Amino acid sequence: MSDKKKDDLDYETTGHSWDGIKEYNKPLPKWWVWTFYACIVWGVGYAIAYPAWPLINGATPGLLGFSTRGEVAEDIARVEEANSAINAKLAATELTEIAADAELAGYANNAGSAVFKTWCAQCHGSGAGGAVGYPNLRDDAWLWGGSIEDIHLTISHGIRNETDDDARYSEMPAFGRDELLEKEEIVQVVNYVQTLSGETPNDAAAAAAGEELFADNCSSCHAEDGSGDRSQGAPNLTDALWLYGGDYDTILETVNNARFGVMPPWTDRLSEAEIRAVAVYVHGLGGGEASE
Amino acid sequence: MSILDKHGVLEKNVTLLAIFAFLIVTIGGLVQIVPLFYLENTIEDVEGMRPYTPLELTGRDVYVREGCYVCHSQMIRPMRDEVERYGHYSLAAESKYDHPFQWGSKRTGPDLARVGGRYSDDWQIDHLRSPQSVVPESVMPKYGFLEDTMIDGKYVADLMSTHKLVGVPYTSEMIEAAQADFAAQADPDSDYDGLLERYGENVNVRNFDGAAGISEADALVAYLQMLGTLVDFSTFTPDASR
Repeated sequence: MSDKKKDDLDYETTGHSWDGIKEYNKPLPKWWVWTFYACIVWGVGYAIAYPAWPLINGATPGLLGFSTRGEVAEDIARVEEANSAINAKLAATELTEIAADAELAGYANNAGSAVFKTWCAQCHGSGAGGAVGYPNLRDDAWLWGGSIEDIHLTISHGIRNETDDDARYSEMPAFGRDELLEKEEIVQVVNYVQTLSGETPNDAAAAAAGEELFADNCSSCHAEDGSGDRSQGAPNLTDALWLYGGDYDTILETVNNARFGVMPPWTDRLSEAEIRAVAVYVHGLGGGEASE
Repeated sequence: MSILDKHGVLEKNVTLLAIFAFLIVTIGGLVQIVPLFYLENTIEDVEGMRPYTPLELTGRDVYVREGCYVCHSQMIRPMRDEVERYGHYSLAAESKYDHPFQWGSKRTGPDLARVGGRYSDDWQIDHLRSPQSVVPESVMPKYGFLEDTMIDGKYVADLMSTHKLVGVPYTSEMIEAAQADFAAQADPDSDYDGLLERYGENVNVRNFDGAAGISEADALVAYLQMLGTLVDFSTFTPDASR
């Protein structure tokens, strides 16, 4: 550039002069300049080490062979490797014998708890207490059975979904919507159902008339005494525990339009070990039943 | 030092300065942008992608209109914790028919890139009506009003034509049948063979909101229930070195 020149006050100038106005030479601090050069050197090194320069078909891969996908695959593989022994054992052990092995049961409970909070809590609640239409898993009222095998089957294939051919399936008829019963008859049945769990019916006379209708129309699934049938997922109507609600209006809605609760299958999203872990966890929540 | 001394020419001629500045910015832009259009590792093709059905596309419009993207992202990042929580990380090609894409960068709610099939239709409807009824911890507002707005798909063909304009491969047959397909997808009792023929066997045909007629809730749930379900990762393995 221009030669270094001094002005009258002995300051160094750049030698530029516009209409007599001179420009002082005030260079950036040395530390700043050297940091700047260091960044350039680092940038060149980075471009050599990591994927950077676009070529004909792809970018240069870089000396370190880094890829985002490779990194996540490695990360997942590392954790899977660490758990592979116990996961294999969990998947191979008889469901009923998992509880007997303290180490396996402890692992299954912890892993199951994590799986539950990620995949199940949205419907069944983070504490597994359920919500209206989504069963409480802490009590001992089970729709499809509460043994470890039953729970495992339900989690694996789900209920009434379209995606898994082995899903548990049953369908309550919509007695009102499909006009299977007269309006009056439905009212009688609803009153009778109220009495099954000890509720006082809205209309005692109607309840008495509903008994025969119940036997004719409902008992094939809910049993003569209303205690339900787990092979069909038909709820016990005598236990005062309700999935959708046990008040008159809700039962009326249920009989009129039926219910069709769906649970997705999980074999596509979770591994066998994860499904077993969450089955053990749910079984251990309080209502788990012994296997036959 | 000679060529560097020439900068006085540029500094004293504003037109020349503008021309050279433009040239330099152009080169910088081309170097950064052009390779993205031809490099194999940026244009990965995946199996299973199809354009949205008319009902799903309408649902997507509801999603955008209601600003769902403000709280929900649709991009699972390639990190172990995300993959464990949401499923396989998102691939660029999975949003190739999205105009505009819904990736997002802020999550008040969870990522929705693979929410399809994760919950039942009933759950989606319950959750839209009152998120707190199923997830007490949720801060999501209520969207029950979507069930009250009935829609007939009158303009969905226009919407699809617009998407075609920006590169979504809708055929003229698809656009002609748009309104019929729109209605068929929400009615399992209808004749929906044409819909499946045009869009593939994996289209969900259900009465999504369980109520008569087609509401915005039907459309939105149809959209949510297909999100992230098109690529079958049990048969398709993305190239690991990207």
